[in-house]
Amino acid sequence: MIFLTGLAAVLLGRNLYVMLLRLPDEAMQGPIYRIIFFHVPSAWTAFTGFFAAMVASIIFLAKKDLRFDALAVSVTEVGLAFGAANLITGMIWGRIIWGIWWTWDPRLTSMLICWLLYLGYLMLRRAVEEPIERAKLSAVLSIFAFADVPVVFFSIKWWRTQHPQPVVWAGGSMDLAMWNMLFLNWVPLLLLGVVLVAVRMRQEEAERELAALRRRAHAL
Amino acid sequence: MAFVRHILVVAWKDLHLELRTKEVINASLSFALVILLLFSFAFDPTAEQTREISGGLLWLVFAFAGTLIVNRSFSRELSNDCLDALIVSPVSGAALFLGKCLGNVTLLLAVELISLPVFGAFYNVPWTRQFCPLFLVLGLASWGLAIIGTMFSALTANLKLRELMLPVLVYPLMIPGLMAAIQLTTPLVAGQPLSGDLLGWLKLLVGFDVIFTALALALVETILVG
Amino acid sequence: MIALQAQGVWKYYGDYPALRDLNFTVDTGSCLALLGRNGAGKTTLLRILAGLSKPTRGRATLFGQEVREQGTRRRIGVLGHGIGVYDELSAFENLCLFGRLYGVQDPQKEAIEWLRRVGLDRVKDGLVREFSRGMRQRLAVARAFLHSPSVLFLDEPFTALDDRAVTILQDLLQDARSEGRTIIISTHQLPEALRLATHVLLISQGRLAFCGQRTSEMVDNPGVLYRLFAEA
Repeated sequence: MIFLTGLAAVLLGRNLYVMLLRLPDEAMQGPIYRIIFFHVPSAWTAFTGFFAAMVASIIFLAKKDLRFDALAVSVTEVGLAFGAANLITGMIWGRIIWGIWWTWDPRLTSMLICWLLYLGYLMLRRAVEEPIERAKLSAVLSIFAFADVPVVFFSIKWWRTQHPQPVVWAGGSMDLAMWNMLFLNWVPLLLLGVVLVAVRMRQEEAERELAALRRRAHAL
Repeated sequence: MAFVRHILVVAWKDLHLELRTKEVINASLSFALVILLLFSFAFDPTAEQTREISGGLLWLVFAFAGTLIVNRSFSRELSNDCLDALIVSPVSGAALFLGKCLGNVTLLLAVELISLPVFGAFYNVPWTRQFCPLFLVLGLASWGLAIIGTMFSALTANLKLRELMLPVLVYPLMIPGLMAAIQLTTPLVAGQPLSGDLLGWLKLLVGFDVIFTALALALVETILVG
Repeated sequence: MIALQAQGVWKYYGDYPALRDLNFTVDTGSCLALLGRNGAGKTTLLRILAGLSKPTRGRATLFGQEVREQGTRRRIGVLGHGIGVYDELSAFENLCLFGRLYGVQDPQKEAIEWLRRVGLDRVKDGLVREFSRGMRQRLAVARAFLHSPSVLFLDEPFTALDDRAVTILQDLLQDARSEGRTIIISTHQLPEALRLATHVLLISQGRLAFCGQRTSEMVDNPGVLYRLFAEA
């Protein structure tokens, strides 16, 4: 794990250097465009997390092994963190480019809705005490939520094409060096995500052990 | 077929009980009508403005009123352990679930069909020009709301903060379906026929219903049988 | 013939094993008294056998089939802690409803017949919400027996029954036994259950402590089982 963290730090350092000193400024947006190298990979990482949560949930429902529940909650929390990063960087960008904090850009809107969906997941977990019941309910919600993700994106995008609004990042061609940087920066973010998930999972294990010990103590 | 018979028996039971106690229908209908009137006071929209927002207004009202209906779907079975009696019986989880959805959709449609004339009267908006397509949209969107709401009612039947949990969980999931319903209702109320762009939204609504019905049926047995 | 079989049944709540490696069979026509202290796991086991919950490991089968099969569930009758009838429906409506769910031929006729057998025929159109406690229990009994189940699960059936209900239930159970139905009663009230029982199963802390035939010594001296097999 330390190795992964170290690797992530090195890659991030190298990327930042290239980003800030080597890549040219974008024609229309000026220096702030560089935020995209965190904005977009954060979204990718978030959705990788949510997908992993769905898979873990399905496996949990099939096997009833609580370790998969621990995995599901860990990747969801990390996904939420990266989703928040995506939203915040989007808002910063919007503020600087357009002067407004929020805009109903299709991608930002969809991300906000998905973020709320998964926040609901965490709220549901808080409301259930019994571990297997909690795991079962969260698993069902996780599957429903991920099924909703593509539908949300599709419907919001369609809605916005009918009412065009400022777009955070218009598609179109991008310099090859910038494309590469986009993917290159995803790697350290993913690594960071993996490290965080591992830490969180270890925390879940510890909590379960504590709960079991407490129960045994009460029984005595 | 026993499956269909079970669905109908469960739906009939829920409707029969509801008609006798009027537990949720009164609350839901009052809520819908009061909110419609309140919006009329608060915004005092012109006919033109109303035509632009009719879909959003109606579906916000229906979504909130609808939550009142689906919230108690499964939790009302907990008294006297009736839910256990149903699970033990030969009724499959899917039939139980669909029967409850059917009952909920019927109640929802009743609230909607009563609210629409009130809306028309108080906002001075004619709304019957495309009644059949409008009814289709009401049915499809209500089905989506019922499926998701009933599913989460089953999930949260036992929970303490059920009243809070359900809206927090259901509304974000519903957004694509509500969006489609709103985009369809506004032009239909204004009298535009169902064609062109609107057909795309209709397909989205149908797709939404199909996906979530399938998911719900796949997962319901797991939820009900601990 | 084997009516019921539990094979390697474990049930965990979180990390806590409520049931540990239960293996036993119940023959058709026998009456099993399921005994154990509070918290031993009787209700958990009964719920698994009746199909209300799934074991974490192992399986429970009824007449060789999984308990959750539809055909199997038609043959099960359950009388649990709750009465399992709707307060806002009448006694008659409740029985017709369950009759229809269980695929009973002519549910209305059966409903009236069973209301008579439990002594509720004169209040058949009364809402359950207006019934006294004893009347509600009797209706619950009618609901459990209505569809002539081959296997009956009763969880603490004699608790909170008034005298009339106790007599009715005992008569019905005697009839069921002579008709060759299989009965499983989980109970604290040893005397009633032991009188009816042909076999006894004692659960202690989730484990099978004793499983065997009911002897006359048990009927005369109900505490003997606990002294011999249950942990202190």
